[in-house]
Amino acid sequence: MGNSSLIKIERLIKRFPVGKGYFTALNGINLNIEAGEFTGIVGPSGSGKTTLLNIIGSLDTPSEGTTTVLDRSISDLSSKQAAQLRNNHIGFIFQTYNLFPLYSVFENIEFALLLQHKTAAQRRKAVMRSLEWVGLTDKIKSKPAMLSGGECQRVAIARSMVKRPEIILADEPTANLDSENSHHILQTMKKLNEELKVTFLFATHDEKVMKYLNRIITLKDGKVTDDTAVLQTQNV
Amino acid sequence: MLALKLAFRNLLGAGLRTWLNVSVLSFAFVLIIFYNGMIDGWNRQGQRDTREWETGNGQFWLPNYDRYDPYTISESHFPLSAKVRLLVKKGQLTPVLIRQANLFPQGRMQNVILKGIDPQQKILKLPTATLAQSKDIYSAIIGKRMAKTTKLKVGDKVLIRWRDKNGTFDAREIHISSIFNCDVPSVDNGQIYLPLKVLQDMTMLKDEATLLVAGKDYQGGNLDKWQFKSNKFLLADLEALIKAKKGGAVVLEGLLLMIALLAIFDTQVLSIFKRQKEIGTYIALGMTRWQVVGIFTVEGGAHSILAALLGALYGIPLFIYLNTTGINFGAPDVGITMAQIIYPYYGLQLIITTILIVVISATIVSYLPAKRISKMNPADALKGKLQ
Repeated sequence: MGNSSLIKIERLIKRFPVGKGYFTALNGINLNIEAGEFTGIVGPSGSGKTTLLNIIGSLDTPSEGTTTVLDRSISDLSSKQAAQLRNNHIGFIFQTYNLFPLYSVFENIEFALLLQHKTAAQRRKAVMRSLEWVGLTDKIKSKPAMLSGGECQRVAIARSMVKRPEIILADEPTANLDSENSHHILQTMKKLNEELKVTFLFATHDEKVMKYLNRIITLKDGKVTDDTAVLQTQNV
Repeated sequence: MLALKLAFRNLLGAGLRTWLNVSVLSFAFVLIIFYNGMIDGWNRQGQRDTREWETGNGQFWLPNYDRYDPYTISESHFPLSAKVRLLVKKGQLTPVLIRQANLFPQGRMQNVILKGIDPQQKILKLPTATLAQSKDIYSAIIGKRMAKTTKLKVGDKVLIRWRDKNGTFDAREIHISSIFNCDVPSVDNGQIYLPLKVLQDMTMLKDEATLLVAGKDYQGGNLDKWQFKSNKFLLADLEALIKAKKGGAVVLEGLLLMIALLAIFDTQVLSIFKRQKEIGTYIALGMTRWQVVGIFTVEGGAHSILAALLGALYGIPLFIYLNTTGINFGAPDVGITMAQIIYPYYGLQLIITTILIVVISATIVSYLPAKRISKMNPADALKGKLQ
């Protein structure tokens, strides 16, 4: 782990107020994530996976310690700077897809580009390229309600990829999918990681996901209990 | 622009709920414009009628004259100077002599005002020419309200009693030569119009008048001891009355607008609670919280734009129809200037003001619940946790 770390976390502590006291969700995390990694943060429910992902994604801030993403300290970012970081450099994939139900597949994917003030032609080109990556060019006009769970998650991947971010944060992306769809999704993400060199960071406790990861960071009670690089031969 | 685009997309996607809010708001739009248009039409008609029938282009009063104080009438008379007579001859002024009298229709006694006016005058719309055409020297014209209350018809003779300048009573019969139809009650109720010269002779006030009515050609300037009263002064009561009517209308319009705004407020509150995940996703995708507040505010405010469009769809044909046919109020006798048929007046100012009021108030009530978003924790919003 050198100085070129994409994500650098030092002595990270995150506490949430509970009643009159505090619940410590993350307790002294130290991590470095390099560009191009396909890494998973694994652990049981309540271990702090999502909290860690939210802090890396600048959706939340640390209580103590530092989290540096693309050389920017999350604690020091203003609301606007954090929004710019998310908009330009970070993609999110959620367990429940979080697609906008009133928008078509095209409009859902296009949304991130609208925030970047891209022209209509640029947006169309980028959306079509994203849909090709996930193999959904025939569903361009469909609304999310007309898609299967697997298709919805592929749209979510396309949405996160369309702006070509450096980092994609995926929170339990396969939790709502069957085995076949999970593998399809993971293969798509692995392909994007290898071809476009996008860094993927998963929060998961799904065994199927772990088979694809290059590195597994285990969290328990807010602490890193294991950090293992996985050999390519072990991958599916 | 982005907020507007997203807001309209969300709004139209919300379907029935949007259209219910929009319908109520569009009804508020149309009613506000309709009611104000009617009042404005009435105001314009009332002012025009009062000018044409009573006040002309302003009046000259004697210093102690007060139209609301009958005690000032007997002393309010003054000889017409050569300068005034010249202006009368040129048709720029017409003198009116006002005296109190008693009328005895069918054995009853009624207080009336006698007004002497030049039968040749063209300044006021009063059909005074019929006074000149009558063979009877003591011919008079009255309005339809006066005819109704006194049960007088054209051709009837009726006894009047008056005092001359020395306070001596005199009486004689006058002949009703014409009954005119006028929407200005103060020209009609309790008023009897006689030829000026006849009334001057009856009261021994030769060449005197109580007031002078200016015509539209009158160039202005003071005349002897006469004091000029502009139409702004003379029509102030009518304006105040119309203003009071408008004030009453504001309550009704306010209530209707409040119902519509309450529906928007309610929809916004519900929407923000229901769409927390969506709000979190907006933020995760790179929007600031204030940008999301903007989307929700514009979304609520956009109700008013859709309402304006919907209101225009059925309001414009309705207003055009009412403008052509007018609104028939039967035969109102409410003591104020009001025509039987009122033609509403829908000015650009009224329409723009109404649109601005509705759009601004809809945007404010949309902003109030939407600003909660600025305090939301995006991580909790993504989980859909109630905040």
